[in-house]
Amino acid sequence: MARAMWKGVLAIGDERVAVKLFSAVQDRAVRFRLLHADDGVPVQQRLVEPESEEIVEYAETQRAFLTPERDLVALRPDELESLEPEPSREIELLRFVPAAAVDQRWYDRPYYLGPDGDSRELAALAAAVRETGRIGIARWVMRKKEYRGALRVADDGVPMLITLRPAEEVIVASELGAPTGKPLDEREIAMAQQLLTLLEARFDPTQYRDEYRERVLELVKAKAEGKVVRHEAPRRRRAEPDLAKALRESLEAERRRA
Amino acid sequence: MPSDGNEGLEPLDGAGARSLWSGSIAFGLLSLAVDLFPAVRSEVLPLKLVDSAHRLLTRRYFCPQHERFLARDEIVRGYEIGEGEHVLVADEELESLAPEKSRAIELGKFVDAAEIDPMYFKRSYVLTPAENEANRAYRLLAETMERSGRAGIATFVMRGKEYLVALVSENGVLRAETLRFHDELRRPEEAGLPLGVTAQPRDVDRYRRAIAKLAADEIDRDELADTRTAKLRALIESKLERGVDVERAAAADEEQDEAEIIDLMEVLKRRLQPDEREPARGDRGATRDDDLEGRSRAELYERAKALGVPGRSKMSKDELVRALREAGG
Repeated sequence: MARAMWKGVLAIGDERVAVKLFSAVQDRAVRFRLLHADDGVPVQQRLVEPESEEIVEYAETQRAFLTPERDLVALRPDELESLEPEPSREIELLRFVPAAAVDQRWYDRPYYLGPDGDSRELAALAAAVRETGRIGIARWVMRKKEYRGALRVADDGVPMLITLRPAEEVIVASELGAPTGKPLDEREIAMAQQLLTLLEARFDPTQYRDEYRERVLELVKAKAEGKVVRHEAPRRRRAEPDLAKALRESLEAERRRA
Repeated sequence: MPSDGNEGLEPLDGAGARSLWSGSIAFGLLSLAVDLFPAVRSEVLPLKLVDSAHRLLTRRYFCPQHERFLARDEIVRGYEIGEGEHVLVADEELESLAPEKSRAIELGKFVDAAEIDPMYFKRSYVLTPAENEANRAYRLLAETMERSGRAGIATFVMRGKEYLVALVSENGVLRAETLRFHDELRRPEEAGLPLGVTAQPRDVDRYRRAIAKLAADEIDRDELADTRTAKLRALIESKLERGVDVERAAAADEEQDEAEIIDLMEVLKRRLQPDEREPARGDRGATRDDDLEGRSRAELYERAKALGVPGRSKMSKDELVRALREAGG
């Protein structure tokens, strides 16, 4: 069994269910190191006072907030510590909302919930959450940090907590003005809609693979073996300035394919 | 230190005025040039590191062998194949691995966004039309997608990494929501979780009642606010008011400081509605092409690079401005 990353207790009103959190993601990114071109030695990132070019060790640093007017407000360690939340094991459920009430952009990191003790209690909770079709909004403190999360049940019946980004971190879409210009041609919109309809499908995540990562690893392997790697010259795609023409031809091509 | 130089292709500076990616969206034979910006701030009130004398610190790359700081163009990327043994990989090589995908987000399928499992969602980005010519095609695509309520699915390559994205349209603005690839998600069995545990109907009832008591139609956005941010803001404001521990910061010199001060919202608004935001004279943050002082060191550096200004990597911002003026840029 994979190692649990945290243990907590779900609190739904008066009900309590002890759970373990397991990460639902695995990092598969290809990691590069930055090297000094002259000697191939991995570079370090150092903290520097730019005026004197003096290197400062991390342990000697303090925190400060820089205002847009460039006032620097120094914050002492004890002041920052006072901002830390009280440690707790409780994962408090605040409310249960319809799934559509959660903005997809808030979703951050998913965790599976496993039982910490009697597995029937968690199974019962999962069954109840699934029946209601609602998402629970939870709040908890994990490793000195406050989290918000969505309690839901995955397709295979396994309960999950997906951490949610703080509201302030997400740009509010309605505050952005859309690009403006001359009114669009309804006939062009109709053609674009037809094209879009031809491309409609169900979302099947298994269709997509990170092929690029595989190519990077192949490239690295070939280079390590001393093979000459041929570069594929990038081709430029020319944009068709006539939108109606581009749409008409796209529709024809798509219909032929179908 | 939080980073050990193993950060892949991410630049040192944060979300600045520059886009993270520039390319095009392909919809059938329609192609429109776009720039991609983050739609999520990493921190609401980012704190800086200062030394004991409260002087702002920056991060710089340092070669422990030569015991000196390095400029960006002295750094190459390597993949570790053994202890201290690396294969060097150039940017051009990485781009040539997927030349098409590095330049275009090709919308191959349109799906019901509500069908995408929440665990796939990773991060949100905003797409802005890159040129005037792209404006109409951008609006056409945004309008069509918004009416259909569908999300366009594509994969593309940005900064040496492939991304699966769901393109969505809301309020006339196109966004790219990056999604996790299928194999980036563990299956519950892999995490060792028990499947198929039978629940007692009596217990399920008990939880159903508890859930019903907490049922609500909407989320309370205040509940999603971070209480630490609120407390931190109060602390900073109180110190500013009382003038305690407040000092004037040295003039901005490093790209990092500058990039972070730029308000992401302002940048996005300017990119989405360039005509309505013609830089009025004295308008804070507005940059005219001849206003070199108003540009970040990173931008000046890019220009100096394009013009082939010698010794640019070791120049300060002021020196770059002077050199660019002399080079006629």
